[in-house]
Amino acid sequence: MTDSKYFTTTKKGEIFELKAELNSDKKEKKKEAVKKVIASMTVGKDVSALFPDVVNCMQTDNLELKKLVYLYLMNYAKSQPDMAIMAVNTFVKDCEDPNPLIRALAVRTMGCIRVDKITEYLCEPLRKCLKDEDPYVRKTAAVCVAKLHDINAQLVEDQGFLDTLKDLISDSNPMVVANAVAALSEIAESHPNSNLLDLNPQTINKLLTALNECTEWGQIFILDCLANYTPRDDRESQSICERVTPRLSHANSAVVLSAVKVLMKFMEMLPKDLDYYGTLLKKLAPPLVTLLSAEPELQYVALRNINLIVQRRPEILKHEMKVFFVKYNDPIYVKLEKLDIMIRLASQANIAQVLAELKEYATEVDVDFVRKAVRAIGRCAIKVEQSAERCVSTLLDLIQTKVNYVVQEAIVVIKDIFRKYPNKYESVIATLCENLDSLDEPEARAAMIWIVGEYAERIDNADELLESFLEGFHDESTQVQLQLLTAIVKLFLKKPTETQELVQQVLSLATQDSDNPDLRDRGYIYWRLLSTDPVAAKEVVLAEKPLISEETDLIEPTLLEELICHIGTLASVYHKPPSAFVEGSRGVQHKRLPGSAGSGESVESPDPGAAATETPPAVIPSQGDLLGDLLNLDLTPTTTTGPPPPTTSGMQMGAMDLLSGGLDSLLGGDIGGNPAMGAAFGAAPATMPASFNAPGSGGLDDLFDLGGGVGMPMGALNPPKAVWLPAMKAKGLEISGVFVRRAGVIQMEMTLTNKAMSVMTDFAIQFNRNSFGLAPAGPLQILTPLSPNQSIEPLNNLQVAVKNNIDVFYFSCQYPISMLFVEDGKMERQVFLATWKDIPNDNESQFQIKDCHLNSDAASNKLQSSNIFTIAKRTVEGQDMLYQSMKLTNGIWVLAELRVQAGNPNYTVSSVALAIGPIINQNGFENGFTNQAL
Amino acid sequence: MIGGLFIYNHKGEVLISRVYRDDIGRNAVDAFRVNVIHARQQVRSPVTNIARTSFLHVKRSNIWLAAATKQNVNATMVFEFLYKMCDVMAAYFGKISEENVKNNFVLIYELLDEILDFGYPQNSETGALKTFITQQGIKSQHHTKEEQSQITSQVTGQIGWRREGIKYRRNELFLDVLESVNLLMSPQGQVLSAHVSGRVVMKSYLSGMPECKFGMNDKIVIDKQGKGGGSEDVAKSGKQSIAIDDCTFHQCVRLSKFDTERSISFIPPDGDYELMRYRTTKDIILPFRVIPLVREVGRTRLEVKVVIKSNFKSSLLAQKIEVRIPTPLTTSGVQLICMKGKAKYKASENAIVWKVKRMAGMKESQISAEIELLPTNDKKKWARPPISMNFEVPFAPSGLKVRYLKVFEPKLNYSDHDVIKWVRYIGRSGIYETRC
Repeated sequence: MTDSKYFTTTKKGEIFELKAELNSDKKEKKKEAVKKVIASMTVGKDVSALFPDVVNCMQTDNLELKKLVYLYLMNYAKSQPDMAIMAVNTFVKDCEDPNPLIRALAVRTMGCIRVDKITEYLCEPLRKCLKDEDPYVRKTAAVCVAKLHDINAQLVEDQGFLDTLKDLISDSNPMVVANAVAALSEIAESHPNSNLLDLNPQTINKLLTALNECTEWGQIFILDCLANYTPRDDRESQSICERVTPRLSHANSAVVLSAVKVLMKFMEMLPKDLDYYGTLLKKLAPPLVTLLSAEPELQYVALRNINLIVQRRPEILKHEMKVFFVKYNDPIYVKLEKLDIMIRLASQANIAQVLAELKEYATEVDVDFVRKAVRAIGRCAIKVEQSAERCVSTLLDLIQTKVNYVVQEAIVVIKDIFRKYPNKYESVIATLCENLDSLDEPEARAAMIWIVGEYAERIDNADELLESFLEGFHDESTQVQLQLLTAIVKLFLKKPTETQELVQQVLSLATQDSDNPDLRDRGYIYWRLLSTDPVAAKEVVLAEKPLISEETDLIEPTLLEELICHIGTLASVYHKPPSAFVEGSRGVQHKRLPGSAGSGESVESPDPGAAATETPPAVIPSQGDLLGDLLNLDLTPTTTTGPPPPTTSGMQMGAMDLLSGGLDSLLGGDIGGNPAMGAAFGAAPATMPASFNAPGSGGLDDLFDLGGGVGMPMGALNPPKAVWLPAMKAKGLEISGVFVRRAGVIQMEMTLTNKAMSVMTDFAIQFNRNSFGLAPAGPLQILTPLSPNQSIEPLNNLQVAVKNNIDVFYFSCQYPISMLFVEDGKMERQVFLATWKDIPNDNESQFQIKDCHLNSDAASNKLQSSNIFTIAKRTVEGQDMLYQSMKLTNGIWVLAELRVQAGNPNYTVSSVALAIGPIINQNGFENGFTNQAL
Repeated sequence: MIGGLFIYNHKGEVLISRVYRDDIGRNAVDAFRVNVIHARQQVRSPVTNIARTSFLHVKRSNIWLAAATKQNVNATMVFEFLYKMCDVMAAYFGKISEENVKNNFVLIYELLDEILDFGYPQNSETGALKTFITQQGIKSQHHTKEEQSQITSQVTGQIGWRREGIKYRRNELFLDVLESVNLLMSPQGQVLSAHVSGRVVMKSYLSGMPECKFGMNDKIVIDKQGKGGGSEDVAKSGKQSIAIDDCTFHQCVRLSKFDTERSISFIPPDGDYELMRYRTTKDIILPFRVIPLVREVGRTRLEVKVVIKSNFKSSLLAQKIEVRIPTPLTTSGVQLICMKGKAKYKASENAIVWKVKRMAGMKESQISAEIELLPTNDKKKWARPPISMNFEVPFAPSGLKVRYLKVFEPKLNYSDHDVIKWVRYIGRSGIYETRC
């Protein structure tokens, strides 16, 4: 009997024919017809029109036919909910069938039909099936609870199914236990805070017992569930580990990896000096190696996981280097992963072997693989100092092959080797220069230019080499342009006499003919430096660069910990937290490793995640704090709050005049002679090296934003930046900021700091709707990828969402209401009087400002700088009455009366507003006013 | 968990499509076809994320099996499940081909309904499945009540792989030790890596619920026994014991017992199954040594000489020997001389294939080839892929020996002596390569 013929019916009028066949009297014909329907359904044809006819076939004692009809129902019930009701009776009847297979089939299928009315009917049969005498029915019913929860969570809770499910954990049949655990784990994931999976030593014991007896799949469910448990102490941790280790010899790789996950997690709690700890470490290596003899797809998953394990506990596999050697016939995805692990395991002991292998790989055919192999040689050089020399000579051998991409890749890594071991391998520069012409990739060109610039004094024809690049300057990528600019400036500083013309040429190319802001900014900086103080220029441009380390490619520790908790899953394959690829609330909880046992020993990497979760989510600054800060600020005796004089200024004020006119347009008119400039330059040396790490970044252009107070009217409020988004909450991105109003524009100044270990890019910002309709004036301009520990300060214009390549982060921050007072808020005297009277008393409110030691004139001046204008002043009984007006961005006027009594530090404010309604939160307003007054 | 499971033919047409979760829509079927099956470049990863849906796939001959999910599933489990699915299908209808899948689509749907519930894998032991999912459809009416409960208790039970009441007139056991020996050798004859991955495969025809115990010359066990027994015993057996790096077992083996006592005890499934897999890296007997000699004569000629030496008892015979010597892409002609067997240059495979039917131990043989090359300007050097070798030998290269396999059946009246046992050792080449 062959069924393939059902796939070939494509003639017209097919549906009609099928209808006739479905209603045939002959059982065989009916069955044939249903098979045809299913085949059509599979290939994507719409056969929903046959719904009533197919459902009619359901009442049959032929189980094969019944299953086919059920399959059809599961597919189309949703589109025909009313008709699907017709099936309910059969389902309910089948749930009472004496045959357990049929009872289970009915309850299994019913759970897959996502129609509300059917769901209602499901509850009673499900309740019975959960307590069925046959374990086969119970295990099916357990999964059905999870299905039902997915359709209608409330219903499941109301019906008390969760408790029944919990009871099944104590079932006598291991498979029922396993399915109940799977269902509960899934339900618990969508209720992160519920104590649904109440894991306590008793349930853990039950699970461990079931672990020995259930199917391979059940073992996986149980192990994955165990991994979420946190043992109370190291002793419990050890006893669980002891009972889990036998699983490492299971034939199913998923059982093995899930067991590894449990062990990796619980090991954190074991004291390092414990004998058992060492035993456990030794037991982990062989099963991990065995995974590499599985099918290639499993090898891939295993390798991605081993990559994590090696980063967390390098000691486990340190002697197993050989098993990661690439085989000629490995699929490319396995090869690339093996390479990664080889580098991680490379050490002085095995470096010779590793290098020999890598050299071998560099002659293979797959371009990606060859490139990675070459890059790996460079990484070995940086990681194992003793091998650097051998690595360099290997790379030189490879360059001799003249294979284009090999040469380019080799030059890129040699640049890194120079950064790690300066002044050691310059002898190879000559060889590198020979290959100058064959470089056509930006990264390789930039690397070569960097090398020429860095070692300009030892390359006789450095000027010629760089000049040759200059010809096609505008066709180069930004990365190369920036590097060329820097290299020529370096060259000039080293050999000033011969290269004056060259440097002029590149500076004018960069500043006048380029429309790339990064390039222009860097050009101007150099130009100004060179024209003002060549000594400082030398200090800045030729400053000693920090050494690079091999740790740059490691996964950030908090992320690594989270990924360790997800061993075996997709998260560990992608090396991303589940929240990065799972929609909705499921799996978004961040898991972390348990802290170590209190036996006094320290874990190599302290657990920053632990501290983070204990701190309350203090994203919104409390108002009291804000006020306190502001008060402190004003208690300083000076009336100016401009930026403090620069301490690192290497520059004279007059120097500004030397700058070309173009600079003015760049910096804006208000910079003139402000000492903040000095601060900007003072910071230059620190940022310069960073821009070498990430070529193409315009680290320097950001410097201009440093002068937060530049051009601010004296006396205006200049609050410090507050942390809005702590790094813990945003995968390493810290945002702090402040709101200021400058020249009639509300600005939100943010400092974004990358505290993670990987580069962040693709920033964007968005505000949630808010009362005053604040919205970003322009997109967040962060052109630079944000490298680790680098911090940038762009200025720009509340719930805020900031997005980058890693994730979207949400935070909220309060802007002082004074930001909203506009400059034309001065009311005419007469209008003021009339308006004051017109406003009903209901709109009035009073409050006091305490401990303010300004006299009324000073207060008035101060308020004016924040756009609170004094319209009139009256002195009554020794009290100064100030009448003031201000206008909000949305056009609402606010009038206020400020009573100041000489000698009394407390002011009284009565304020009234036009059309105030609910728009202004009185509290917020009060604060705004108070802040400004003080 | 698994949200949907799809089977495609090589053209990307859907043969089977079963959706388990609401978040996987019909468009997922097309997304995988467009982005993976029809993708231009070679598959770069078995896990693909397309529009926030993850696809995990395996390929069997021309057939693609893909599991789709939107959650953070246990990826290892999904792949294990896909392989298991292939095994189950193969057990039902043989080779997995488009023809067979189409011919059995109703059966496949029935299986998918049984072994995957809401995306959670359920019992997938073929032995158990075959009791109630038959190719002719289930004749549920014919099962008596006892039979029904027997089925369900087997599917959910502790010993899901064996049913009760099996009877044989002759109790028989076949035990095969199958090893594949892997080698990577440098041109100078230095062993870069070598390991044996072995399997113990069993065919059991035993009545009742027999309790079995399997013993081999595992170093740890023998050393332990040595301590208990006389010192003479250690000297005798110590030489022959082998160090097993790691082993994994069929789910019938009691793992906790192995962990504590290192004894392998189990109730076997009926018929064919794989009892254990193991891996060794120490003291491997490399059955053959390949000695390559490649000389470039000018730019258009290569001289290749390859010597193979057999390294085992001269009374044993190796079979199906094949040496594969890769040639450059620019090869225009090849002249071959070999002492034994037949050699041929296969242009389509860019290799010289030298076949020898049989070869005894402690012998040596050689082939020499002159390769003419087309002159090219290509600067790129020839990558020189390794010389690979295939063979089959009648011993276990790891040195593993079966010491005993005891059978106890307390309820039925047959003893260990009544069981007829057959043991056989086969060593095959895995990836057996010598760089040149």
